[in-house]
Amino acid sequence: MRTNGPISLVFHTVFVVFMLAPIVVVCLVAFTPDGFLSLPTNGFSLRWFRAIASYPEFVHAFWVSLGLGALSSFVALLFAVPAALAIARYRFLGRDALAALFLSPLMIPHVVLGIAFLRFFTSIGIGGSFAALIIAHVLVVFPFALRLTLAAATGMDRSVEMAALSLGADDWTLFRRVTLPLILPGVVSGWALAFIQSFDDLTMTVFLATPGTETLPVRMFLYIQDNIDPLVTSVSASVIAITMTALVLLDRFYGLDRVLAGKSDAGR
Amino acid sequence: MSTAPDTSVLTTGPSTDERAARAPWALTAPALMLFIGILVIPLAMTVMLSFHDWGQYKGIEPVFILKNWHEIATDPYYAEMFWRTFRVALLATLITAVFGAPEAYILNRMSGRWKSFFLLVILGPLLISVVARTLGWALLFGGNNGLVNKFLMSLGLIGSPLPFMFTETGMVVALAHVMMPFMVLSVWAALQRLDPQIENAALSLGASPLTIIRRIVLPQIMPGVLSGAIIVFSLSASAFATPAIIGGRRLKVAATLAYDEFLNTLNWPLGAAVAVLLLMALVLIVVGSNALIERRYAEVFR
Repeated sequence: MRTNGPISLVFHTVFVVFMLAPIVVVCLVAFTPDGFLSLPTNGFSLRWFRAIASYPEFVHAFWVSLGLGALSSFVALLFAVPAALAIARYRFLGRDALAALFLSPLMIPHVVLGIAFLRFFTSIGIGGSFAALIIAHVLVVFPFALRLTLAAATGMDRSVEMAALSLGADDWTLFRRVTLPLILPGVVSGWALAFIQSFDDLTMTVFLATPGTETLPVRMFLYIQDNIDPLVTSVSASVIAITMTALVLLDRFYGLDRVLAGKSDAGR
Repeated sequence: MSTAPDTSVLTTGPSTDERAARAPWALTAPALMLFIGILVIPLAMTVMLSFHDWGQYKGIEPVFILKNWHEIATDPYYAEMFWRTFRVALLATLITAVFGAPEAYILNRMSGRWKSFFLLVILGPLLISVVARTLGWALLFGGNNGLVNKFLMSLGLIGSPLPFMFTETGMVVALAHVMMPFMVLSVWAALQRLDPQIENAALSLGASPLTIIRRIVLPQIMPGVLSGAIIVFSLSASAFATPAIIGGRRLKVAATLAYDEFLNTLNWPLGAAVAVLLLMALVLIVVGSNALIERRYAEVFR
C-alpha cells in the first residue's frame, strides 16, 4: 500500500483548514468579551453564553427542536421499520418503485416541500400548529430512518427467526423478542440520524414555524436576518458542541461512514 | 439477497404462499398511506396552486389561469434569477469535484486511526447546522477587512480586498464548503470498491504515479465523482440558507425568491410556480444526467 507524499499532505492540510475554518471562527467569536463581533478576539469570556439564558426565544426554540426531533424520528420509525423489513426480505411487484418513493424526500428540494406543506396544512386547518411540524418532519426524516433499518435488516441472520418460528413463536413475539433486538443497532442509529436531520432542518421548517413553534435553526436564521452579533455565535457554538457530541457517540456506536453512506441494496 | 422467506416449517395458519404474498403489502401499507396523504396530495395541490390567480387585495382566487407561468416565461427577471441559481450550483459542484475527489483519495490512503479521525472531521460538518456553518463564512468574509481578505492579501494573491458578502463569489465558496462532504463521501464509496492490488500491479510494471492516477484510479472513481456531482448540484440549486445569508435580500436564487413570494409578498400562486419550475428543472437534469452516466459507465456499475 502506497502512502501519501508531501504534496498530498499539504493539500490535505489546506483542505482540512478550509473545512474547519468557518466552524472554528464561530466558536472563537462566541468567547469574545466584547459587545461586538471582533476577530481575533481580545480575550476570553463566557458572557455571551450566559446571555443566551436571558433571551428566552432561543431557549424555547431549543426545546421545540428537541421535542420535534425526538417525536418525529420516533413516529418515522413506526412506519419505516415494517416497510424496511418488507423491502429487505420480499421480492414483490412494485418493490423498487416503493423504495424509490420512500427515499424521494431526499431528492425533492426542501423549499418545495415547505411550500407544499404550508399550502396543505393551511387548507386542512392545522397550519402553524406543532402537530403540523411533526407530520412534516416525519416525512423528511423517513428516508434516513428507512435506510439504516434496511441496512440492518438486510444483513441479518434469518436462521434465528426460523428457529423461533419452529419453536412456536407467533409473529408478534417473533418481532419483539428476535427480529427487533437483532436490528436494534440499525434502528437506533436511524433514529439518531433522523433526529439530527430534524433538529437541523431550516429550509422546510421556516415555512411552517410560527412564533410559538419556531425551531432553533429558524430562530437563528431570523435573528441573523436582522443582526449578526456575538449572541448568535454563542448559540451556534452550543449547537455545534451538541452535534459534535452526538456525532462522536454515533461514530463509536455504529461507525460514521456506515451511518452516512447508509449502504443498502435499495439505496440506488 | 433472500427471496420469499422459507416458512415451510410452519404447519398451521394460512398457507405459506398466501402469507408470503400478503406480507410485504401489509408491512408497507402504513408507510404508503403516509406518503400518499402527506407527500403526493400536498405536491399535487402545489401544482394546482401555481395555476391560481392572486391580487394584492383579493388574495388567492381558485381559478385556472396561466398568469403566473406567463409572467415567469416572459419577465427577464426570472430568467436571470434561474440562471444565477444554476450558475452558482454548477460552480459549487465543480469546486467540490476538483478538491473533494483528490481529498477522498488521500484520505483512503491514510492508515487506520488517522483515516477515521479525518473522516469524522470532514464528514462531521454535514450534520452541523447549515445556519452555523454559513454564519462562519459570513464572519470570515466580513466587510473589506474580513479574515479571508486579510489572508489572501498577506499571501500577495490579491492587491485589494475582494467583495465576498452579497456576491455570487461568496455564495459559491460557502455553498462548496457546505456541500463538500457529499462529494468526499461519494468518491470515498467508489474508492472502497477499488482493489489496491491493481495499483501495486501497475507500479510493479513500471507505471509512473501520474499514469496510475490517470489510467487506473480516475476511470474507476469517475462514477463516484459524477454521482457526487449530481447530489451536490441538486442540493446547491435548491439551497436556501446559504444564499439567503450570504446573498442577502437582493441577490436572489430560486429558493429565496419562492420564500419571499410566500412569506413577504404573500403571492402564493407565483411562489408555487417558481417552486414547481425548480422541481421540474431539477428532476429533468438529475434523471437526464443519471441516464447519461449509467450508459457511459455501464460496465463500472455492473
